[in-house]
Amino acid sequence: MLDVNNTTRVEVDWSGPERLQMNMGPQHPSAHGVFRAILGLQGETVVDVDAVIGYLHRCHEKLSETLTYAQYPSIASKTDYVAAMTSEFAYVMAAEEIGKIEVPKRAQYLRVICAELQRIASHLLWLGTWCMDMGGALGGGATIFLYCIREREDILDLFEALVGARLLYGFFQVGGTRYDVPDGWIDKCRSTVDRIDSRVDEYEQMLEDNAFFLARTQNVGTVSRELAQDVGIAGPLLRGSGVNFDLRKNVPYSSYEDFDFKVPVETAGDCYARYKVRMQEFREASKIIRQALDKLPSGPISSRPALKSVAQIRIVKGEAYARVEGPRGEVGSYIISDGSAKPYRMKWRGASFSNLSILPHIIPGHKVADVVAIMGSVDPVFGEVDR
Amino acid sequence: MTAEQARASLASTFGVEIAAAVPMVVIVTPDRWEEVARYAKETLGCRFFNFLTAVDWKEQGLEVVARVDNLEENVSLMLKTKLGPGVNNCASLTPVYRGANWMERECFDMFGIHFANHPDLRRILLDDGWEGHPLLKSYAVDTPHPPYR
Repeated sequence: MLDVNNTTRVEVDWSGPERLQMNMGPQHPSAHGVFRAILGLQGETVVDVDAVIGYLHRCHEKLSETLTYAQYPSIASKTDYVAAMTSEFAYVMAAEEIGKIEVPKRAQYLRVICAELQRIASHLLWLGTWCMDMGGALGGGATIFLYCIREREDILDLFEALVGARLLYGFFQVGGTRYDVPDGWIDKCRSTVDRIDSRVDEYEQMLEDNAFFLARTQNVGTVSRELAQDVGIAGPLLRGSGVNFDLRKNVPYSSYEDFDFKVPVETAGDCYARYKVRMQEFREASKIIRQALDKLPSGPISSRPALKSVAQIRIVKGEAYARVEGPRGEVGSYIISDGSAKPYRMKWRGASFSNLSILPHIIPGHKVADVVAIMGSVDPVFGEVDR
Repeated sequence: MTAEQARASLASTFGVEIAAAVPMVVIVTPDRWEEVARYAKETLGCRFFNFLTAVDWKEQGLEVVARVDNLEENVSLMLKTKLGPGVNNCASLTPVYRGANWMERECFDMFGIHFANHPDLRRILLDDGWEGHPLLKSYAVDTPHPPYR
C-alpha cells in the first residue's frame, strides 16, 4: 500500500502544471477484479503508477502444502477462474514429472481439447469485456460483450456436459483426467467450434473497420521486445511484441507435437497487436480441437488406480517446474516433493502476475482513458495475480 | 549458444558442477547471486525473466530460486542460492531484470527476505499491518491474525 508519509510531494504554484493523485479502483469496472492503481496525473496525462494488488489473496501456496496431490487439482482451478483448466493442468503435470507418471494417450488428447476450448472461452470473455471497457464507440457499448458471452456460454455448456461444472472443473487428476466424454459430446463440440469460428469473422469485421477502435488501440501501450522479456510477460503479450515463443510449439507437452497449428506473432507491441494475436489464436485453437477430435485415440483415461484414501498418491522426492501455455501465457507450477502425499513447497507462476507488472512501465505518458484500454489488453485475472 | 556450451561456460566461470538436465540447475553462493544473473542475461542470452521465489528448508535456512530462459535457443537456467541458517539478506536481481521487482516484493512478503538494492521493498499481497511471513515453515496455517481495520 502507499505510505503517505513516504511519498515525495511536489509543491506547485498555480502557474505550473498541477500534480494530482487519483485512485483508480479497487472497485473500478475496467479492472475486471479488484485492483487499485494510484495514478499520478499532470492534467490528463499519467506520469506515474503505483499498482496495489493482493485484495484476492488466498495464499494458495501455503494451502497447497496442506492438501494432497489428489485434493489440490480441483483447488488449483480457483487461481485463474476464467481459465480453470490450465492451472489444474500445470499442477498435475508438475506432479507427474516428479513421479514419472505415464499419462494415457487418450487423456493427453482430452487435456488438449479442454485446454483449447478453455482458451477460446477465455479469449471470448477478454474480447467482450475489453470492448465494453472502451465504450460506446464500439457498436453501442455492450454489443460485442453480449455476442461474446453468447458464444462462451456454448463452451461452458460443453464443459458442463463433460464435468458437471461450468466454471471450476476439477477435470484433471495426477495420471490422467477424471471424466471421459459422454455420448454425442464430440459432435456437439465440433459444431460449436465451427459456429464460433464463423462468429469470430463477424467480430473482426465489426472492430477492424471501426475508426474509433483503431484510434484507441493502435500505438497505445507499446511494449518493446526487450522490455517484454525483461519483465517476463508471456502469451499473447509476448507474441504481440514480436517474440516467437509458444510453449506448445517450443517445448511441446501433452502430445501438442501431434497437431498442426501456427503461432501468430505481431511485431508492433501495442494493444492492437495483442488483439490481433488473440484473434488469430481463436482460429488456431479451433484447428487443434478439430484435429484432436478426429484423432482421439481409444483406451483408458487415467493411469491412476482407484483410491481408498486421498493420501494414497505419494510422489518420490524431487522437484519439477511444469509449464503450460494458458490463454494469458505461461502458467507454471514449481513443486518440491519430500516423498509424502503433499508437496513440501509449491510455487505458482501466475501468468497474470507477471503480465500485470508491465503496467508501471508502459502506462506513464498515456491519458487516463488509455489506461483502461491498456489494462484490458493485458487481460489480467485477479485470482491468478493474487493467488 | 547451445545448452551444452552454456553449461560448460557457467561451470568454468563459477566453478560449480552442473548436471546436464532441463532446466540446468546452477547453485551459487549468495555473494555471487547478482553476478550469476548478470552473466546469464548478458553472456548466455537468458533475457526472459521467468520467476523468482524462495524455499524454507527449516534449520538449513532459506534458499532463493530464480528461473531465466533464453527463448531463442531454449536454454533454461534454474539459479539457486542458499542463504544459510538464520540469514534473510540477499542481493536483489531487480537491477538486472526488471521483472524481479514484484517477485522479490512477494518473497519479502511471504518469507521476510530483505533484498539489498531493491528500489521499493514493501509488502505486495498482504496488507502493511500483517505480522509474520506466512510461507515460512514456522508459521502455522492456523496462526490467528488481528481483525482487519
